[in-house]
Amino acid sequence: MNRLAPSPAARWIIGAVVGLVFVIPFLATFLFTLSSPDGSYSLDRWVALFDPENARRYAPIWTGLANSLVLAGVTVLIVLFLFTPTMVLVALRFPKLRRGFEFLALLPITIPAIVLVVGLAPIYLQIGRTLGTGAWTLAFAYGILVLPFTYRSIQASIDAIDVKTLAEAARTLGAGWVTVLVRVIAPNLRQGLLAASLISVAVVLGEFTIASLLNRQVLQTGLVVINRQDAYAAAVFTLLALAFAFVLLLIIGRAGRAGTGRTPS
Amino acid sequence: MTSADTPPRTLPSTSDNLLIADAGEGTRVEFRGVVKEYGSTRVLHGVDLDIAPGEFVSLLGPSGCGKTTALRVLAGLEKATAGEVRLGGQDVSAVPTNRRDIGMVFQSYSLFPHLRVADNTAFGLRRRGIGKKDAATRAADALELVGLGHLADRFPHQLSGGQQQRVALARALVTEPRVLLLDEPLSALDAKVRVQLRDEIRRIQLRLGITTVFVTHDQEEALAVSDRIAVMNAGRIEQIGTPEDLYLNPATPGVAAFIGVSSVVAGVVEGDVVTVWGVRLPLQAPSEPGPVDVFLRPENLRLADGDAPGMDAIVQESTFLGSFRRTLVRTSDGALVRVQHAATDRVEYAERVRIALSADPVAVRPRERERD
Repeated sequence: MNRLAPSPAARWIIGAVVGLVFVIPFLATFLFTLSSPDGSYSLDRWVALFDPENARRYAPIWTGLANSLVLAGVTVLIVLFLFTPTMVLVALRFPKLRRGFEFLALLPITIPAIVLVVGLAPIYLQIGRTLGTGAWTLAFAYGILVLPFTYRSIQASIDAIDVKTLAEAARTLGAGWVTVLVRVIAPNLRQGLLAASLISVAVVLGEFTIASLLNRQVLQTGLVVINRQDAYAAAVFTLLALAFAFVLLLIIGRAGRAGTGRTPS
Repeated sequence: MTSADTPPRTLPSTSDNLLIADAGEGTRVEFRGVVKEYGSTRVLHGVDLDIAPGEFVSLLGPSGCGKTTALRVLAGLEKATAGEVRLGGQDVSAVPTNRRDIGMVFQSYSLFPHLRVADNTAFGLRRRGIGKKDAATRAADALELVGLGHLADRFPHQLSGGQQQRVALARALVTEPRVLLLDEPLSALDAKVRVQLRDEIRRIQLRLGITTVFVTHDQEEALAVSDRIAVMNAGRIEQIGTPEDLYLNPATPGVAAFIGVSSVVAGVVEGDVVTVWGVRLPLQAPSEPGPVDVFLRPENLRLADGDAPGMDAIVQESTFLGSFRRTLVRTSDGALVRVQHAATDRVEYAERVRIALSADPVAVRPRERERD
């Protein structure tokens, strides 16, 4: 064993402390959603959420969630069909652009959302005139927002294979460019693309600032609205959203690990 | 080097292998004044090359000589700046790679990692619109041809390097392309596998009658398998000829240096003999009288007793090569010369030896004026 690694006991302690830091807020929120004014605990609020009678009350959340899911879908499409082919193109044809491209892709993480919105507002004025003000149009902004997160996972997959030789081999075997992308390169980027897609979904579902400042209704803005009326319901929805993100992260982790030990079925 | 201890594998017979049954005449390949420039750097200076149908031609040269670029231009992976490439008499310069009907094996492993060996092999057939079943049958025959029929269900990462290159060869051949392009396919393999696969590529090529262009920097490889070799240097073909031709009559010092391991020493031509170190040797080909460079191959030279006609020399290094030894010596007039001799004649570093010449005909080249 590595001499620098902490002893098993120390590791358990570190794990426990970190675990507590994570778990306590969740647990507190969960107990909060269960507590009644009289001090007893019940699942009533969780059940009430899905009661048709309350549909009107929680409408902002459901509208927001539906919009967010559409946005997540469109954002993933942007990542898969615009961003990924561009990255492959850079790797194949313009390797010299890689540094600059990486810089551009990572840039959004350094720009505060407020600044982004200031820049985006006039653009959305135009988008509103041409494409309408449908909720899905926010995906253009989200497509930029997720660049830093998706870039890393896709680039790692591209670096793991010899894209250039694979593409050339496929070309000599009679494949056109579309076939090369769809049948040769994409299947070998599978894990990177899956991870990028899931991260995009997680980012989109968690985004608040841009949506709020551009007056769009998404999951997070809905949560804020509900929070003003009913703090308990907001807490329940927050826990649900977190659980969903947690599951996504688990799947990403699994996908990453599956890549290292692929075996024939 | 010998061709490994295992006897060569027998190729499948005509009746049960579609690829062998379809063996054809091969396609003519022509380079016409092909020039390739990257920005202001010119890497091919007007290459002309005529390859007969069914011929196995090697492009041989040091790295950076343009041999791979020439092959990539032929494949359509690079666009020539000027000149044209013809396949079967037709100018294909404007035809994209995927419509040139070629097969290519790359230096680095190029199997598709997500496809099983059988699907990798069938890839080109499927792109040509051949049905799944037919493609599978043909792919199986191609794998049989390279001796890997039993590995059809494996994934590339489960194969050795040599096996991967065999599959790549099967994948390139299965579509019965007009020309087979080999871009240093053996350079990543270890010595024994390299020789085995090299010989097998040649046997399969002869059997299928497919025109083949083989890029290599290894002169032994080129000499062993080629019908003709084009020796390239600095973007030009310096000489093209049969292996025997190049070995016996190198046209330039570059070729001489690259083919075999000739040493170059000074001599003087008079009539039909050349005098080297006071020894008169017959000429391979007539030459103008006067000072010349003489190409001496290791087997032209031997270690001799102290007073034999020849030259005194000092041993620089000596390499044991199995049945013989090759020793590099510096003669007393300053030339570096390689001598081949029996492995039992051991020599030590810095030992004084006497070098004698055998009376075989030698190749010469008039001395360039500026070197006088």
